Parts: sequence; structure tokens; C-alpha cells
Amino acid sequence: MFSLQVGSLLNVALILGTVLVSAALLIWVERRFLGFFNDRLGPNRVGPFGILQSVADVIKLITKEDWTPPFADKLTFVVAPIIIPIVMLLSFAMIPFAPDVGIIDMNIGLLFVMAMAGLASYSAMLGGLASNNKFSLLGGLRAAGQMISYEVFMGISILGVVILSDSFSLRGIVEAQADGWYVIPQFIGFIVFMVAALAESHRWPFDLPEGEAEIISGFNTEYSGMKFGLFFVGEYIGMLLMACLIPVLFFGGWHAPFGLGFGNPIVSGLFWMAVKVGAFVIFFILVRAALARPRYDQLMSYGWLVMLPLSLINLLITGAIVLSQGS
Amino acid sequence: MVKITVDGKVLEVDENNNLLEEVLSHGEDLPYFCWHPSMGSVGSCRQCAVIEYADDEDTRGRLNMACMTSPRDGARYSIEKAAQFRAQAIESIMINHPHDCPVCEEGGECHLQDMTVMSGHNYRRYDGKKKTHTNQYLGPFIGHEMNRCITCYRCVRYYKDYAGGTDFGPQASHDNTYFGRWQEGPLESEFSGNLAEVCPTGVFTDKPFSKHYVRKWDLQTAPSICASCSVGCNTNPGERYGTLRRVVNRFNDEVNGYFICDRGRFGTGYVNSDERIIVSMTRDSRDDNPVLASPEEARTSLHSMMGAIGIGSPRASLEANFALRELVGPDNFYAGVSSAELGMYKQILDIYRTKPVKVARIKDIEASDAVVILGEDVTNTAARLALAMRQSVKNEGRKMARDMKFPDWHDAAIRQLAMDCKSPLFILSPYATRLDDVAAQVHIASAEESAKIGYAIATAIDGNAPGVTGLSKESQALVKTIAEALKGAEQPLIVSGTGSMSPALINAAANIATALSDGEKKANLALVVPEANSLGLAMLMEESDRALEQAFACEETHAIVLENDLYRRAPSADVDAFINKMEGLAVLDSMKHKTGEAANLVLASGTFAETSGTFVNYETRAQHFYSVFKPVDSIQSSVKWLSDKPLAEVTADCAKEIEGCAAIVGLTPGADFTVAGMRVPRQQHRYSGRTAMRADVDVHEPKQEQDEDGIMSYSMEGVPATRDSTVFNTAWSGGWNSNQSVFKFQSHTGGPLKQAGHGICLIENIASEKTYNEFEKAESAKGDYQVFPLYHLFGSDELTAKTPAIQEKATSGYIALNEADVAKLGLQASDGVAVENNGSVPYIVRSSIQPGTVGVSVGLEGLNFRNLPGAVSLQKAEGWTSPGSWNAANIIISDKSVAAEGETA
Amino acid sequence: MLKGLVHQVKIIWTQIVSLWLVFLHLFHKADTVEYPEVKPHTFPRWRGRIILTRDPDGEERCVACNLCAVACPVDCIALQKTEDEDGRWYPEFFRINFSRCIMCGFCEEACPTHAIQLTPDFEMAEYVRQDMVWEKEHMLIDGTGKYHDYNFYRVAGKAIGGKDKGEARNELPPTDRRSLLP
Repeated sequence: MFSLQVGSLLNVALILGTVLVSAALLIWVERRFLGFFNDRLGPNRVGPFGILQSVADVIKLITKEDWTPPFADKLTFVVAPIIIPIVMLLSFAMIPFAPDVGIIDMNIGLLFVMAMAGLASYSAMLGGLASNNKFSLLGGLRAAGQMISYEVFMGISILGVVILSDSFSLRGIVEAQADGWYVIPQFIGFIVFMVAALAESHRWPFDLPEGEAEIISGFNTEYSGMKFGLFFVGEYIGMLLMACLIPVLFFGGWHAPFGLGFGNPIVSGLFWMAVKVGAFVIFFILVRAALARPRYDQLMSYGWLVMLPLSLINLLITGAIVLSQGS
Repeated sequence: MVKITVDGKVLEVDENNNLLEEVLSHGEDLPYFCWHPSMGSVGSCRQCAVIEYADDEDTRGRLNMACMTSPRDGARYSIEKAAQFRAQAIESIMINHPHDCPVCEEGGECHLQDMTVMSGHNYRRYDGKKKTHTNQYLGPFIGHEMNRCITCYRCVRYYKDYAGGTDFGPQASHDNTYFGRWQEGPLESEFSGNLAEVCPTGVFTDKPFSKHYVRKWDLQTAPSICASCSVGCNTNPGERYGTLRRVVNRFNDEVNGYFICDRGRFGTGYVNSDERIIVSMTRDSRDDNPVLASPEEARTSLHSMMGAIGIGSPRASLEANFALRELVGPDNFYAGVSSAELGMYKQILDIYRTKPVKVARIKDIEASDAVVILGEDVTNTAARLALAMRQSVKNEGRKMARDMKFPDWHDAAIRQLAMDCKSPLFILSPYATRLDDVAAQVHIASAEESAKIGYAIATAIDGNAPGVTGLSKESQALVKTIAEALKGAEQPLIVSGTGSMSPALINAAANIATALSDGEKKANLALVVPEANSLGLAMLMEESDRALEQAFACEETHAIVLENDLYRRAPSADVDAFINKMEGLAVLDSMKHKTGEAANLVLASGTFAETSGTFVNYETRAQHFYSVFKPVDSIQSSVKWLSDKPLAEVTADCAKEIEGCAAIVGLTPGADFTVAGMRVPRQQHRYSGRTAMRADVDVHEPKQEQDEDGIMSYSMEGVPATRDSTVFNTAWSGGWNSNQSVFKFQSHTGGPLKQAGHGICLIENIASEKTYNEFEKAESAKGDYQVFPLYHLFGSDELTAKTPAIQEKATSGYIALNEADVAKLGLQASDGVAVENNGSVPYIVRSSIQPGTVGVSVGLEGLNFRNLPGAVSLQKAEGWTSPGSWNAANIIISDKSVAAEGETA
Repeated sequence: MLKGLVHQVKIIWTQIVSLWLVFLHLFHKADTVEYPEVKPHTFPRWRGRIILTRDPDGEERCVACNLCAVACPVDCIALQKTEDEDGRWYPEFFRINFSRCIMCGFCEEACPTHAIQLTPDFEMAEYVRQDMVWEKEHMLIDGTGKYHDYNFYRVAGKAIGGKDKGEARNELPPTDRRSLLP
């Protein structure tokens, strides 16, 4: 039970703990890196290097007035922020971190993750609707539209990977990349997935549901205290999830590059996995620091007119090549 | 009306006015200093220069002073083209002007500042040495800072030529010219305060205001009515940090015009006095110490005084008196004056209603060309009227000028022309008055004799008038002279009043006016009453004769006294007896006084500055005054203490209930008045310090004070006067920060206000039938010396006398005697005089007083005039020392032959 | 079609360039000044805490002219004029509500006597809001502040203690009002 194998309690505890701590830490990491990208220092006051900033933030959020507007739909208003961290955490059950490290090795793992990501959109949508405020409503609508659109070709973009690995199991996909990462054959798929992942976790520059310049704070305008904190944490877990999915799908998961693996395959796997996840997290932060937010219509037209055809073409070509090789 | 072209604009102007006046009336900005709408033009400051073109071909034109130019039909003028000349002129004017604006009381409302900016002179090129002058002490009212003078001569033209002052004038020459007294000392004129407004810069300033100075823009102001006498001058008091800071004139074409007297201007310091009642006090019996009562407790006690009688007051507003009348019931409401006085007020109302006379406005007085004053010392009882009468004697000069085709505004020329020619002014008085210098003839006579002469004049004019007998030869000659002067006049004016306390005199005045009336043409009649609302009180008493005597004799055991110190109204013994009889005595007043000290319940009520209401002046003109600021919570208006209704409803009830008062609801635009949703602001748009003025108490700012009476708000937010001046508060217009900006609100320069009302006369005189009163010989009192009252502008009024600046000009109670009587009594200069049963007082010698008569000061400390019978016996006082407040130097009279001892004690 | 494609590629290219340029900032030195360990340099005309100064003779410069109060856009200055026995004007009280002050410096610009001055001191936070209300005794310093030589009463015409009429700069002695000579 406490042995290191997929599904063991130790694994569950370790992964859950790491994910939660990392998500919290991520808030600090993001703010510090944003600082560096902006030639600032970022939060460096609370604890060594400001590492306890998130703790201070949480204390602040918890001690804030937990206010529910009288005009809101009470039940939905409370439930909405709970959805997002739960579904995001559930998705982590599918992620294979290293050989023997993971929670479940499900043969439809990828589909499960997609399903969960789809559910996450309810959080923003319901939050926006329940607030009963026109800015929140606009934010909720934007979230729903954006996530549904980008989910479509997010799914299509990873079908190339599925075709190549012949598996929906994430662990199977990683293992199939032992002799070559899918980023090379599936470069277009990777690009599309990456953009979709940003949009799916509505991170900058696709943070239109919160676009504070136009709609105050979008779907979470009416939220305060820890309810807002849940949205916030949920988003960072989502970002971490996407940063985990990209290496798993396109960068060989725990496999070391150029045969740089060392010693115990689990330790080596965890190390390389962490390096890859870290790199993508920083890349996400860089994107936030560097790129400007598109208009909503631009976002939609890019989705449907560029990304969707691109991912379809990618799927077509991949399929054709695989078929031709298989025959 | 003629058409002229000014800078391409065609204006239709009145050729009888000067060009400056007309150009200003049409909204153009043209600088000026020496011209003043009520003093005419002399053309000395060279600021209103314009270019006048000879004809259409003329391109050069010639420089003319607009104030000295009559508009020529079809002529072409340019203001712009003369801009350079004006800039040079003001640069010269400013050469010696000191760098004083930050420490000058005029700064921010300075006509010189405005004109300098308007002329475009903003940099001083002159860096030579400046002329300087020493200042003079000019008394407690006016500060002097001669360095700032620009020698426009307005002060002299006002003080000497307009107000008739003799102790002030120009000295030295050239650019050393100096304006001041021949030696330091208080200015003697009763109208010296107007110097502060007339002076275009800060040479003459309001001294009491300077002691607690704030800038004009920081004053919270409201349109108010002077509460110090029966003229009802319109004033504009200003408040800051909870204290009343100053009073300035508020223009009202029908009443005070541009000027008010010094009592009105400087006599409001009592509002900030230590003697104010600021909390309500109560006690069970008169021997207990009073304890503090909360406003609610005090109110409850007041309203639980069942069956109480109410004693009204001629200095409380119409609404306050009415509210008391409603509370106690009309049958229990007594006028707070003696029945003799109430009788005279009602007599005056009756004359205004039934005689074919015209009730004289100040405007009418100024336009009169023959005046008779019957036994009223107008300078001391209704000062503003005396100033108007000084103008009336100039009508002869104007008439001469008109015959020579001189325009009316040509001040210097008319003065040169007229020299000593004056319209006739006759004064009948028991002593020499301050108007004697402009009088054609002064007749010293007792009230009774004056009344007789008055009747005789009426008979001489109209044979139907009842005659009198027993006139001396001298008097008969006088009667003839006066009758002829009046008959020859276009606008004769008769002035009398309650000052001599003689109903016969008032009837005599009415008879003369009646005799003069001839169909449509009616003689002017002005009958002066003592206090701000004397006639208002009389209107409430239309159906009853309940006065103080009746109140003292009533059987009730509870009384409510409204804003009234009974000890000033009746003999002390009578008041003592009345108070001892009372089980419950409630006094509502703003100031501590002897009646209040004897009360069981004292309610702190607001002064005129803290309350709103209506006063009825000597011509039955009802005028509304607005509260200037909100006092502390424990002080409430008398109306609020007495009534549950808002002021507007009390006013409406009063209008409905009281005959002849229906018009008072029209005095305000109504409690829900707004312009574009805005009320009228009491504060100016530049009002400063709002977030710091109360921060020492609490950094959290309180809600803005609310005015439940509506119309105005205690705020700087609201409709600007330049947009709507229905309620005309402070005069201000862009570029015109000084009081000169008032012309922007006048229908034409110097004329009536465009929007604001000027009060409503409650009695429309429509009588045409000539009826006369028969002479009734009054029972003359038996005694050694016949008593007549002597009034003092500074001191005789109850409230203003409690103002520090007024106290400096006032003195203690005294008597005035003829030399012969002084010798008879064997008085030395250092002696006092013992007045029968009334202690010892100082005396002065006045040569004009007839032997056997004695003048007794009214309202001054230390002697109650009401205690004295009509005649008294006098004695030399042994071992007498003069009281500390005795200051004979403050008694400004022309006939003081011997300076009494203790002159400057 | 091709033109559109080129355009799209251009757009994507600029995005990549932005990413790269921003990424390079990771290796730049931060501009942040770590206050309070490192104090920033403030210049003499920095608009910080307001003080009242004295003239070179050590007297209060403020003459209570009210111009600062009226210039103040948030109306946070309140004062009352009074004068000494020799006629010198000075404020009876002078109050600034610093919780309202926006440090715009209009008061300093309006001041005709250089009395009110803004200083480089910007550390004005308080735990109690009431402590943000400052009276004259808190603000009046013993020096002349930024302007060392100016003494208003030396150029003004008004006489005060120690300076009678005609004794100010560029003034002639008082005229003789009894003389008729020019």
C-alpha cells in the first residue's frame, strides 16, 4: 500500500500534496518572474525571497469578509468556485509523473482529462451567471464561448499523438515516446495544443473572461475572500496541469533527452519531468509578460479560422502517413 | 433713447445717463474708479477712456472719458481702441501702490485688483521709490491704510458731499495727496462704514471685521435684513467658523440702495457675544439654580405651560410673534410694548391706510424737494432716512442744472453750480439734531408745540384742516414759510415718528401730508417706528389693544416672553411686580437680560443671523431674511421652539390669518424652489478649507448642514448668482470680485435688481378722501423739568449695544440740560445729577435745549427712560463718580457748549 | 490569399520577437529601489510634507492671506488671520488635513511670502487618521526653507513692529500731509 507503485496511497498523498503546494508556490513564482521580465523584483518581502507570499495572501483571503451579494443566486454562487479546483485536481490523477509514479493508469486517460477540462468551464460560466451582475454575466459568457471553441481543436490537435502512440492512456503515450518525442512529428499539433491550453486555462493573453479593462473583473467581479481564492487557485492548478500535459504528450514525459538519464529511473524520471514542467510554467509566464490580449472577435476568428483548419490538416496528414506506413 | 455704436455693436442707450453707465448696462466691461452710480461722475481717474469718432469718415477719433460723455445719437465709440491709454493710466495709478495684497483686507474683493487685471497691467515696470503715508486712527469702525490710496477722491465725495461729514477731507497736494481727518480721532459721521465699500481699494477697511478677518470667498452669506431699526436695510452678513464676521450692504433699489448706517454695519457683533444664551436652562422656582435642559426637555416644558399668556416683541420676526400667538391663542397674546407705543403703531398703520398720502420709500425721500421733520431725531432713530434727506436738499441744485441743460450725473458741475442753494428742509425738534447743517430752518420746540405748528401748517395749506390756537408770532411766521415751501414743491415730504412719543405729532404730520394731497398728486409721508418689526407686531394686534399694561394686570400665572426684555419696555417696578406674580415664566431670547434672569425656563433662540423670517419696516414693507448659518444644536429659532410647523407653513398660516399679511408668502420663491435641481448656495464657489475646518475635532467630515426651510443650502454647490439671482446673495461676477459687480445684476446700472424682489408693502395706499385729525391737547405732566427722549444710534438699541465696536462709540445713560438750568442747579463740571427716584447720572450741556426741559437718554446703561414720568425734578448729586462706561466724547452734537467732566474718563 | 498569409506570418513573427525580447529581460538588472533599506534620492523641489517657514529675521512668514487655502483643490487648508499689537498679520491657527492633501503644490505656488513650502519628506503614513491633521505648531520650522532671503514685510507697505512707514525697500519717507508743496 505504501510502496511506490501506480495507485498506491503514498503516491496519491505525494502527488496531491505536491500539486497543491506547487500551485500555491506558482502564484509567487509567477509574480517574481513577471517582475524579472518587467525589470522589477516582484514580491521578496515575506519569508526568504518572498517565498511565503502565498501564505500571506491566503491568510488575507481567509480573513477577508466572505460576502455574498444579496442579488446573487446563493447556491450557484457558492458552488461555482468549488468546481474548478476539484476538476483540475481530478485531472492530475491521470498524469504519469515517472515510472511507477501516478495515481491511475486509465486506458482512456486523455479523454478523462479532456472531459474534466470541459467541466472546468462550468465554474466560470456559473460564477458569472450566479453573480447576477452584467459584467459578471459578460465574463461568464466569454468564458463559455472561449472554452467550448478552443476545446474542439484542442481535442483534434492531440488526436495526432493518439494515432502515433495508438493509445489514449497517458502512460502509454509517454512510453511510446521512448525513442522519439512527438514534438517533432506533431509540431503543428503541439503549437495548436499550446495555444488551446492557454485559452482553456484562460491565462494571458486569453484572459478575456476577466478582461479588467472592459468588464471590471469579469465572472469573478462579485467574488471576494476565499471564494475568489478558489477561482484563483483553480486557475493555477489548471496552468500546472497544462504544463504537465504538454511534456507528457509532446516532450516524452519522464524520458530524459539525449540519453541524459541517470541512476534510478524513477528519480531520473521525476527530475526530467520536473524540469520540463518548470520550463513550460516559465514559458506561460513569459507569454503573460510579453503578449497583449486580443479582442474577443479576434480570439474567436483565430480559433475557428486558423486553429481548427490547422489541426484538421495536421490530423489528416498524420493519419495519411500512419496509414501509408502501416500498409 | 438714442442709438450708438460701440466697437461695431449697436446699442440703444438713454441719453440722460453717461456713456460709462450705459456701456456697463449693456454688459461691456469698462474699467472705472471715481464714478459711482449714486455719486455721479467727476472724471478724475482717467480709467473709463473710450475713443469717440466724429463721423463715419473719422478713423483717428479722440479720447473721451465715458463717465463724462453723454451718448450722442448715431455716434461711434470704441472701448478696445483706448485700451493702451487705460493700461498706461493704471500703470501710473499703480506706481505708488504698495505690495500689500496678501495683508490687505480688500484683497479678493478689490475693485483696484479687478480693474488692474482688466486693464492688462500685470507687471510693474517702475522700480523707483514709492511714496508712503502715515495712517490715522479713525475710531473703532474704520481702519486706515493711506499707502494704498490711488486718489480717486471717492471717499471725500462720499463722506463730505454725500453723507455730509465735516471732519474728513483731502490734504496736501500732487502725489502727496492725503485723505483723512484734520487730526486723529473717530470719524463722526454715522455712515462712515460705507467708506469701506466706496473705497475701490483697501485704504478704508472694516475694522471689527479685520480683527477676525477672512476673505470674501470664505464667508458663508445669505440675504438678510438689518434688525437694528425700522428702515429694514438689506444686508449681506457673512459667517465663518461658526461666528458672524461682518455685514455689508446688499443692494435694494427700493430701500437702502448702496449705503447703510454704521449701526447696521458694525452692530451685529452681539451674535458672537459671551452674553449669548447658548443652552436652554430650567428651574422649578426662582430661588433655585437653573439646570441645563436638553432641547427636547426645554421644548416639552414650554409646550406644557397651559393657559400661559404670550408677550410678543417688536424685534422678533413676524413668524415668531405669530407662532407665539398661535401657541397661546389670540386672546392671550400681548404686544410686548406699552399701550401708548402700541397705540402709536396702530395710529401709523391707520394713517397709511386711510389718508391720501404716499408712504415714502428712501428713493422718494431722496427725490423730495421740500422736507419737514416733526420732532423725530431721524439720524439716531432711522439713520438711513437721514442720509436720504441729505440727498433731498441737493434737488435744488439738480433743478438748476436741469434748467441749464446739465445732465444729472455731472456731480462736480452741479455742486459748483448749486453752491449753497438747497431745497428747503425744516426741522422741528426739542434739541439740535445732526441734520441741522442742511436745514433751511431749525425750530426748537417741545413735541406738543411742534404738533401745534404742524396742525397750523396743515391749516395754512388747506383751510379745511382743523386749526390750533395760541401760536407765538415767531411760530406763525415759521408756519407761513413752511407752508409756502411745501406748496411750491413738486414732491414734498413730511417726516415724523414715534421718537417723541407724541401721537399728536404723528397726527400733525398726517394732516400736513393730507392737506398737500391733490387728487393724484400725493405728498410723501414717512413715519418712523422704533424697531425692525414694530409695524409687523402692530398688524398682529389689529383686533386687540393688549399691551404690556394689560399683561401686567392679567390673572394668569404663566407667561411666555418672546425675545423681549420687559425692563426696557416698562417701569422697573411694574415689571418686578409682574414677574413676582408669575409662577411660570418662560423667556425665549438670544441674549442674556434681566427678564431672562428671572425666568423659570430660558430657551436659547437664534438671532437674525441664525434664523429666517419676515420683518415689516416703517413703510409696512415686508422683507424676508434668510439664516446665514446654523448655530449649535441647542440654539433654535423662536419659530421652531414655538411651533411644530416648518417656517414656510407658519408664514402661510400667518398670511391667511392676519389681515393685510396675505402678501408675505410671496416674499420667497417657495420652500421647494430650485433652478435646474439646484438650491441657492450660501457659500461661494471658491469657498475654501471644507475638509480641514472641522478636522481638529474629527478628521471624518460630517454631512453638509441641511436647511429644512428650503430655498438656500449651506453649501457651495448650487445655482450661481450669475445664472439665477431670484434670491440675491453675494454680488460676484466673472472679473468683478468686488461689490461693484452689483451692476451685473441690475436691470440697468444703478437701477433695480433684475430678478430679486425688493420686499412687498403690506399696505397699498389707495385712500383719496381727505380726512383730518382734530388736535387733542395732551395733559402736560407736572414737574420741574419736562422730559424728552434723546436717542443714540450707538447704544439705544438693545441688541447692537452689546457689540464691542458699538460699545466703544456708546456711552452710559445721561441727561442733557441748558446752561441756565445748570447754573440754577449749581452744577460743577465734575458733578452728576440725581434724577428723582432714579439714581445719579452724568449730564451734558446743550445750548439748544430750552430752559425747563431735560433730555434723557433712551436705552443707555444706567438709566431707564421708562421709569421716568413726563416731568421730573433734578438735584445736584453729592459724592458722585462717573460710571466707567461714561464717555461724553461719543456724544456727537453740534450744540455742545461746555464739555462735561469725565469726557474721556 | 498569399498576401493574407504573409500578413498572418508577420503577426506571428512579431509575437515571437516580443516573447524573445521580453525573455531577455530576465537577465537585466531590476530597476527596483529597495525602499526602506535603500532611500531614494529626492530633489529639493520634491513635493512632500508641507511646512511653514520663517523669514530671515526668524519671524513667521505666513501672513494668513488665505491664498493657499483657496488654491487648494481639495480644500484641505483652513486658517484664521489674527494680528499682533503692531499690525503684523499671522495665522491664529493653520491646519492642514493631510489625509486629504494630494501634494499638488498649488499652495506653495500661490503663497506670496514663501511661507508654505513642500519638502522632500514623503514618509507621512500614520496608524491613526486623526494624526494626519496637522496644526501650525507641527508645521512651523525654525528656518527659511528653500528661499533664504525673502522677507515679505521688507517689500510690503504695511507698517509692522520694527518697520515703520517708509522703511521698507524702495520707499520714500512718509509725506507731510500739512505741506502743499508737490
